[in-house]
Amino acid sequence: MNAASERHGCALVTGASRGIGSAIACALAADGWPVAVNFRASEDAAAEVVGRIHDAGGRALAVGADITSQQQLDRLFQTVEQELGRVLVLVNNAGMRADDLALSLTDSDWSSVIDTNLTSAFRTTRHALRGMIRERFGRVINISSVIGPRANAGQSNYAAAKAGLIGMTKTIAVEVARRGVTVNAIAPGLIDTDMTADLDGELLSAVPARRAGTPEEVAACASFLASEHAGYVTGSTLYVDGGLAA
Amino acid sequence: MSTTVTEEQIEKLVVESLETFGADADQITREATFEALDIDSLDLAELSQIVHESYGVELKGSDVAEVKTVDDAIKLIAERL
Repeated sequence: MNAASERHGCALVTGASRGIGSAIACALAADGWPVAVNFRASEDAAAEVVGRIHDAGGRALAVGADITSQQQLDRLFQTVEQELGRVLVLVNNAGMRADDLALSLTDSDWSSVIDTNLTSAFRTTRHALRGMIRERFGRVINISSVIGPRANAGQSNYAAAKAGLIGMTKTIAVEVARRGVTVNAIAPGLIDTDMTADLDGELLSAVPARRAGTPEEVAACASFLASEHAGYVTGSTLYVDGGLAA
Repeated sequence: MSTTVTEEQIEKLVVESLETFGADADQITREATFEALDIDSLDLAELSQIVHESYGVELKGSDVAEVKTVDDAIKLIAERL
């Protein structure tokens, strides 16, 4: 049983042109959700994701927006709601890294990571909750990270944002639980994507599973959290990390 | 739109919304407090949203926080139209 077949609404995945985001977009489309594939700059890659979903018989739309801009965010929701209906599944996946030791981390690198990875997730959630609450159904899935709950030298900005997402997840989950809206986080560990291509040495040796995860393994968890099966799971963080945080 | 909305229409919208939120229909009067009706801050936030969708009026959280009774809510909405 999946939620999509019974609902008039769609899924929005931010930062869905590549990596974990694109895998989640494909998985939710396979579950029957019309999917809005948000991208910031990678229009061709987003079009490819949409093409893949269409080829598999799904429904998808690529929508460009820099979600750190409130104006672009409003326009994103307007387009998505017009074309695909209310956003009933929101996956806050858009993220970036700007690594440096705290001693030399610039204000700009601090702010851009917090804005993109945390503040924009709050704003998209605030926007989407309005429709979810009216629908008495909703799924917010925040893509956090094992970095945050766990230390990683050189990523204080990233760790702060990702740990912040977990805190935000818990509190918003409690605020909206009785409207049938769940809010959960996924904390991926070392996942094989462009974003982690330079990270595999030392971190990989710390992974008990002795391998990197795949975007599809993260997407399977998002698919579960979006489903009717996960209706009683809220405020939780699901670690998909090969045991790294255990 | 503001000129065409009557207080009766606002009352109807508020009462229907409160019923949707689970308030006991028999207990909803103008004088009833939200506390007695078991209407909480999330319900009032949703009511603000319904008012916005219906009339295009934005109610601030700080305004809504002052609202204690059904009558307060109807008067606040009427004021802002």
